[in-house]
Amino acid sequence: MIIEVLIIKLVLAGIVFFGVLNFAGLHTWVERKQSALIQDRIGANRADIFGFRLLGLFHGIADAVKMFTKEDIIPAGANKTLHTLAPFFSVFFALVAFAAIPFGPDLTLPWLENPVELQVAKINAALLYIFAMLSLGVYGVILAGFASRNNYAILGGLRATAQMISYEIALGVSVIGVIMVYQTMDLSVMVEKQGHMIFGLIPCWGIIVQPVAFIIFLTAALAETKRAPFDLPECESEIIGYFVEYSGMKFGMFFLTDFLETIMVACLATTLFLGGWQVPFLMSDGIHFPWGGVLPVSNWIYVLLGVMSFSMKVVIFCWFFMQIRWTLPRFRYDQLMTLGWKGLFPIAVVNIVVTAVILVFLGEQP
Amino acid sequence: MTTKAKVKVVRRPELTFWEKLYIPQILCGLKITTTHFYRNLYLHIAHRLGRLKHLRASATIQYPEELRPLMSRFRSRHRLTVREDGTPRCVGCMLCETVCPAKCIAIVPGEHPDPHVEKYPVRFDIDLGVCVYCGYCVEVCPEDAIRMDTGILDLAAYSRESMRLDIHELMNPELRKPINDCSLTFPHQCKVTGEEMKGSWEEANS
Repeated sequence: MIIEVLIIKLVLAGIVFFGVLNFAGLHTWVERKQSALIQDRIGANRADIFGFRLLGLFHGIADAVKMFTKEDIIPAGANKTLHTLAPFFSVFFALVAFAAIPFGPDLTLPWLENPVELQVAKINAALLYIFAMLSLGVYGVILAGFASRNNYAILGGLRATAQMISYEIALGVSVIGVIMVYQTMDLSVMVEKQGHMIFGLIPCWGIIVQPVAFIIFLTAALAETKRAPFDLPECESEIIGYFVEYSGMKFGMFFLTDFLETIMVACLATTLFLGGWQVPFLMSDGIHFPWGGVLPVSNWIYVLLGVMSFSMKVVIFCWFFMQIRWTLPRFRYDQLMTLGWKGLFPIAVVNIVVTAVILVFLGEQP
Repeated sequence: MTTKAKVKVVRRPELTFWEKLYIPQILCGLKITTTHFYRNLYLHIAHRLGRLKHLRASATIQYPEELRPLMSRFRSRHRLTVREDGTPRCVGCMLCETVCPAKCIAIVPGEHPDPHVEKYPVRFDIDLGVCVYCGYCVEVCPEDAIRMDTGILDLAAYSRESMRLDIHELMNPELRKPINDCSLTFPHQCKVTGEEMKGSWEEANS
């Protein structure tokens, strides 16, 4: 029995790992091509294998090959251990957070007694776990800045820390509203609750019941990914950032972490606000049309639709984040802090109060 | 007497309430980028299907395959124009060599067999590594013998020696170094025919 659970979890972890890393790799291509389309360019399209260019998809592979074969330099004054450890920290915490994301409904397999939950780790405080992992991710950044013995690097690291702390608060506080509405921190339960319908018409998604929290969450999440317009830790054009002293795949890992965090935040936004794997009007026994009538679907199709819905929402969020990244210029540092502390945080607190009052009046308090 | 200076006070435009809210302005920006994104995506797909070719999807010119259109006045690599019998129109008057501010032209004139034509170039060299593409040589030529209308822009070479054009390359813009075969019918000096190339250009640079 324990072996069975172990195998299932390993397979699930493998699937998530495979999917997420591939998507992160593809993100380099998406970034190139999307920015190119926005700016009336074509984007990298010259790398080819046997003359096939495939819209420049091979540039990601070329990049990986380049990263792996480059010389790995550790500066003379750097702390060798910490300098080496930092990128691993970064990637590790970014990857590990994906364990708590439910990416599909329960799958019934004929040779298994219990249905398989499509979530690597079913933690009843999954939200806390994810936030903990996201916060720990900043250790990689500050370590990189600190261990490089480079003024620019440590400046980038400190900026990252300050930014992460101020935005994590807004992020956490905005999510409290969602927790109050669904009265759970278990993400799989939360997604299940989002399957309900308001008046039998509108799906009870987080974006419908908590629109203000959604906007705050989105802004704070963008800041969390350390990408433009919140790329103060990097500032490619001025201080290069916390990874100045990194080369080869270690730099590549920081780069990967950026994309992983984007996907992570997209997953989280999907789970909290867009109903996770829920498809509107699709229940476990079939499609319930709002005018009555049920079109029954099998468990396999239900799960497939759920996973597809989840992936599509994540892709849409990633597209949106990328669009924002190529639309807005970078904030000035004081503007960033003002927005975080004087803008988002008070609105998030007010949102909690308003949510609480409305919940009390609706009589839905526990 | 004091003159009262006219002062026009220009106030910094204050942000309106909607502009201070960030979000409407962000949506404005997103509208622009998203319009570009979907327009170009649509056009790229249409081009793949062979439609709407007259609308450009990107400003990019894919260089080696696609060349930027040149204006007719554009000064590109030189060429020597030829008469009907295949000999150069150049009469070896040395005006271009004289006017050249970069001193990149070297001409060795010789006696022309036709008594109506005074001279012809036994050698005509242009060092493109020195040339500044001012076009004075074209302007000054009384015989319309040198022009800069080949449209050749990719003038990269691995050595300084191969940046020097001799009369073969100047009369036939298609030709590229190394030249192994001399097809010019009139008497001239070139290494291909075994003659030692010696002229004023080498003397000037020695």
